Amino acid sequence: MSLTTAHSVVAPSANAKLIAGTIIVAYALISIVPLLWIFATSFKTPPDSIAYPPKVVFQLSIEGYCNLFTTRTRQTPEYINSLGPATGFCDETVRKRNMVIAGPSNFLPRFVNSLIIAFGSTFCAVFLGTLSAYGFSRFKVPLADDLLFFILSTRMMPPIAVAIPIYLMYRELGLSDTALGMILLYTAVNVSLAVWLLKGFIDEIPREYEEAAMIDGYTRLQAFWRTVLPQATTGIAATAIFCLIFAWNEYAFAALLTSGTAQTAPPFIPTIIGEGGQDWPAVAAGTTIFLVPILVFTILLRKQLLRGITFGAVRK
Amino acid sequence: MADVHIRNVSKSFGEQVAVSGLDLHIADGEFVVLLGPTGAGKTTTLRLIAGLERPDAGTIHIGGHNATALSPAERDTAFVFQQYSLYPHLSVYDNLAFPLRSPARKMPEDQIRRRVEDVAKMVRIHHKLSNRSTKLSGGEMQRVAIGRALVRKPAIYLMDEPLSSLDAKLRGDLRLELKRIQAELGATMLYVTHDQIEAMTMADRIGILADGVLAQIGTPREIYSEPANLHVAARLGQPAINLLPVGLLPDGGAPAGTQTIGARTEHLSIDKAANGHADGIVDWVEHLGDQNHLHVTVGAKKLVTLTDPDTALEKGDKVTIRYRAPLYFGADGQRLM
Ligand SMILES: Nc1ncnc2c1ncn2[C@@H]1O[C@H](COP(=O)(O)OP(=O)(O)OP(=O)(O)O)[C@@H](O)[C@H]1O
Ligand SMILES: [Mg+2]
Repeated sequence: MSLTTAHSVVAPSANAKLIAGTIIVAYALISIVPLLWIFATSFKTPPDSIAYPPKVVFQLSIEGYCNLFTTRTRQTPEYINSLGPATGFCDETVRKRNMVIAGPSNFLPRFVNSLIIAFGSTFCAVFLGTLSAYGFSRFKVPLADDLLFFILSTRMMPPIAVAIPIYLMYRELGLSDTALGMILLYTAVNVSLAVWLLKGFIDEIPREYEEAAMIDGYTRLQAFWRTVLPQATTGIAATAIFCLIFAWNEYAFAALLTSGTAQTAPPFIPTIIGEGGQDWPAVAAGTTIFLVPILVFTILLRKQLLRGITFGAVRK
Repeated sequence: MADVHIRNVSKSFGEQVAVSGLDLHIADGEFVVLLGPTGAGKTTTLRLIAGLERPDAGTIHIGGHNATALSPAERDTAFVFQQYSLYPHLSVYDNLAFPLRSPARKMPEDQIRRRVEDVAKMVRIHHKLSNRSTKLSGGEMQRVAIGRALVRKPAIYLMDEPLSSLDAKLRGDLRLELKRIQAELGATMLYVTHDQIEAMTMADRIGILADGVLAQIGTPREIYSEPANLHVAARLGQPAINLLPVGLLPDGGAPAGTQTIGARTEHLSIDKAANGHADGIVDWVEHLGDQNHLHVTVGAKKLVTLTDPDTALEKGDKVTIRYRAPLYFGADGQRLM
């Protein structure tokens, strides 16, 4: 047994595995250090966060999170003393810095904007992408190759090239600073990726499945729903993650087109720095929370994602 | 069940002619086998009947109605595909129930259950109903695929090499079973294969397809003993028919215009040369167990026939060869008599 594996052409040797493993672990560690640093910073006190040399061991504090979710005003110690006892943990923390909580910050609504826009546009892009990929895969579309190339070519242009036209267009149409506008924009950007990825997946599903269903009395749409879609879930999940990551992280257009009610988290988080000195723990806290949805989504769909990335190579 | 009448149907894919001028009538309850080499247009013929392809010309009538322009769902056929038979995301039970659950059919679940269980018994897959369809062996998958066609009572069953992926033993078993089921149901069936044993044993009539043209259709006996042309003659018989130029061996009764003589084992008598004169030399005796293939060199030609397992002939023996009412073919490949 050991002899055959040692000489096997396909199974990597123990040495190769060790080297590959070391490289992967090293790369993973290097990649995760900034994230760990952000995570740690979010639990530091503001003085600790800018201490030099940087503190690896520090006093745990949730001041960053308190500052993230609230707006505060500076008051005299006499005024603060004249108030009743602190109403909560954050209240107490803030008072130590001679501040009182004035109200909730904009972080929560901005975060919710991000959720609505990212998930909304992902849904639209995947929905439209699946239908058009199916169309391209199964029907004789006139000029299919040219159309597919055109769809892809929308991704070749640097986004900044169309920033000004889109800005003007959106202002004319009243789409500036609206969730609908951002969903439309991200859908338009993502749908090309979705069509291409999903076409690959749907091409791999033999058309005999739908044909069998259609012979058995299903309409094409019913056959698509009952036979193609269940087998395309892997591809759809992988595509959804790619679309979601793009829409979630997008900064340039969000900064240009949203400023108030529809502002997303990426352009909002940097503005935290300005409020009351350089509040790195609050920024780090915002970033940490910002990472959570993508993390959860990716972990939930990691199997599909892995198959999505390696598809063609290991799909049976 | 119903009869199917194909009239002058042609289908091309771009330059590639897949089916050309096909005329075929399958009577109600008849088992017709289409036999032909790869690329002959067998699958295309089935797909045309099922409505998965539209003919470029010609008409298809199912049960007396013109179905040429109908969608697959409206035609009431059942299809067993050459491959990719089962839905991988469904259990065996759900695979079998799938055709009955079509929204157009609106069959109640308890009726579906009864039908599925009946068919599962028929194709001997009853013990695996709750399995995932991907967790079956090849033979079991194929039985489910056949079962999925049998749950319905369509106008015609279309089967595209349903047994081709199975081992010889299972193939033999299922062949008999399928024939029995077909006879029991009185089903109209068009069955595609390139296995001549399947064709010979199951068919009421065999149609020989070559390059999209139906070369001949008839009972297995007719096709075997009265082939219309060289191509049909070469399709049936194991070992394949020997095609020899006229004049190679003494051929007393050859009709005028004969160019090729077709000789199967039963058309040749081969004996050890007694004295001096010989027609050929034994090249090789191929032992296959229950029978032997005898390879004989005649001039520049080679002959293969069956012999008894206990034949006395050996490599290097000189033999005399005589025709016994062989088949005669003219210059155009058509049989003369
Ligand atoms: N969708 C298609 N597009 C282009 N050409 C096709 C298509 N389907 C079939 N053909 C061509 O038509 C011819 C007949 O094909 P068909 O599948 O009917 O052969 P077959 O007899 O079923 O062969 P096999 O025994 O290999 O299954 C072949 O030359 C094939 O290449
Ligand atoms: Mg075929």
